[in-house]
Amino acid sequence: MLLIHCPHCREDREEEEFSYNGEAHIVRPLDPESLSDEAWGDYLFFRKNPRGVHREMWYHAVGCRRYFYAARNTLSYEILHTYCVGEKPQIDAANEGAGA
Amino acid sequence: MKKYSGFSLFSNALSYHENWQKIWRSPKPKREYDVIVVGGGGHGLATAYYLAKVHGITNVAVVEKGYLGGGNTARNTTIIRSNYLWDEAAQLYELALKLWEGLSQELNYNVMFSQRGVLNLGHNLQDMRDIERRVNANRLNGIDGEVVTPARIKEIAPLINISPDCRYPIIGASWQPRGGTARHDAVAWGYARGADALGVDMIQQTEVTGIRRENGTVVGVETTEGFIGARKVACVTAGNSGVVAAMAGLRLPVESRPLQALVSEPVKPCLDTVVMSNAVHGYVSQSDKGDLVIGAGVDGYNGYGQRGSFHVIEHTLQAICELFPAFSRVRMNRQWGGVVDTCPDACPIISKTSVGGLYFNCGWGTGGFKATPGSGYVFADTVANDRPHPLAAPFDVDRFNTGALIDEHGAAGVAH
Ligand SMILES: Cc1cc2nc3c(=O)[nH]c(=O)nc-3n(C[C@H](O)[C@H](O)[C@H](O)COP(=O)(O)OP(=O)(O)OC[C@H]3O[C@@H](n4cnc5c(N)ncnc54)[C@H](O)[C@@H]3O)c2cc1C
Ligand SMILES: [Zn+2]
Repeated sequence: MLLIHCPHCREDREEEEFSYNGEAHIVRPLDPESLSDEAWGDYLFFRKNPRGVHREMWYHAVGCRRYFYAARNTLSYEILHTYCVGEKPQIDAANEGAGA
Repeated sequence: MKKYSGFSLFSNALSYHENWQKIWRSPKPKREYDVIVVGGGGHGLATAYYLAKVHGITNVAVVEKGYLGGGNTARNTTIIRSNYLWDEAAQLYELALKLWEGLSQELNYNVMFSQRGVLNLGHNLQDMRDIERRVNANRLNGIDGEVVTPARIKEIAPLINISPDCRYPIIGASWQPRGGTARHDAVAWGYARGADALGVDMIQQTEVTGIRRENGTVVGVETTEGFIGARKVACVTAGNSGVVAAMAGLRLPVESRPLQALVSEPVKPCLDTVVMSNAVHGYVSQSDKGDLVIGAGVDGYNGYGQRGSFHVIEHTLQAICELFPAFSRVRMNRQWGGVVDTCPDACPIISKTSVGGLYFNCGWGTGGFKATPGSGYVFADTVANDRPHPLAAPFDVDRFNTGALIDEHGAAGVAH
């Protein structure tokens, strides 16, 4: 069971209150009509799957019902930090230890 | 290789079973191989076996970072069935099921394949519509299956609770009599022994750390024991496929998730079939040793930790206790997790890549054990001939760009 710090509620809450929304910071294509099949496939299906620090989106489903980001290590399951949408992460991925 | 038989059992008994032949050699790696299979799980070992057996390619090594079969192969709940919805998937899993039916003979190794039948329960109207559609599709593909009523389910599995006033009453099921279970590590060991006898080298405790390429073509793999040359490299690394693909600068549409299972203390025979439920999310069978083998759902997040969250197990056990109230008093013995490689359409990737001589077989996610023989068979053919086997062609990684997905979330929805 993960204990997750919701940056909106500013509280550590149990994993069951949250749902997972996968890789964070995926930018929606601005001009979808002009995308190649490769670029579409990439946008829809190809996700980072690091064995190490992963930037991901979580949803506080039965709490404040707001989205936020987390930097989490997928091997140790340690959550390095969580931050609100629109906020700059405090540390950048390169300084977060274990490889990408 | 000495053949196993009633006679060999008898004669070895005379020397107190101390003189059995080692079931595979443990050679030093050669300088170069025709094919290196990365990953010594069931799928990798089956691939090596069929490369040698069917295609006569025997200068092959299986390079495994841990021990043979120690990945998901030895962590799974061993459910075998072929009742998938779409033609492409149904044909692939049915090929595997046909191979299972002759596998112990083929390998001269008892893989304890037991066709005890598989029930997939329906708990609401939409479940039943899906079940009927899937069973009809199966029958059109020549795959056995029927839609059964609660009364018939009760005959098949007498301990099950078909009372209409529980939270999610059972209102029917699909029944595939040819489905069942097998002994997971026996499958790995049987293929390893068969491949070894044909000249394939088993290289254990050796992790592949890089894939060396020249002019867009593989020339070998870097390992913790040094460089090993290879004309072709076939990667079958399940949950770690994304990591291995990155070694060759490739990306895969797979995400690695923890999937958990647990077993109870051994009890007397009480369940002689496999029962699975998508809707309440649990599945259970009883091993020959007597323990109840229970599979949980996949965890919500990506993870390589080979462990998962407790609430997932709790949820599964709630479902099992509702399906089988008698099991509420059984104590659980062990719990573990594996790292499964989930694909967006719940179907595998069996594919050439943009790198010459580099192939991937992955994305089997929560349900690849059942496919082990078929997966190895079509992948060996793909690698040997450098073109997709006809049954593997729809599973090319290209489908995520062309859009020709094979959506098996319905048939594969429950982690199994
Ligand atoms: C809890 C659980 C229950 C399941 N239940 C079922 C079920 O009931 N029915 C079903 O059909 N399927 C089930 N599955 C899925 C099934 O186990 C897998 O799809 C299948 O076993 C995959 O086989 P494999 O040989 O590809 O993978 P694995 O057995 O995982 O083999 C991959 C191997 O690659 C090795 N490897 C990884 N990286 C490297 C590297 N860099 N260098 C060298 N070696 C490497 C690993 O050590 C591993 O041994 C379940 C899985 C889990 C975890
Ligand atoms: Zn919150």
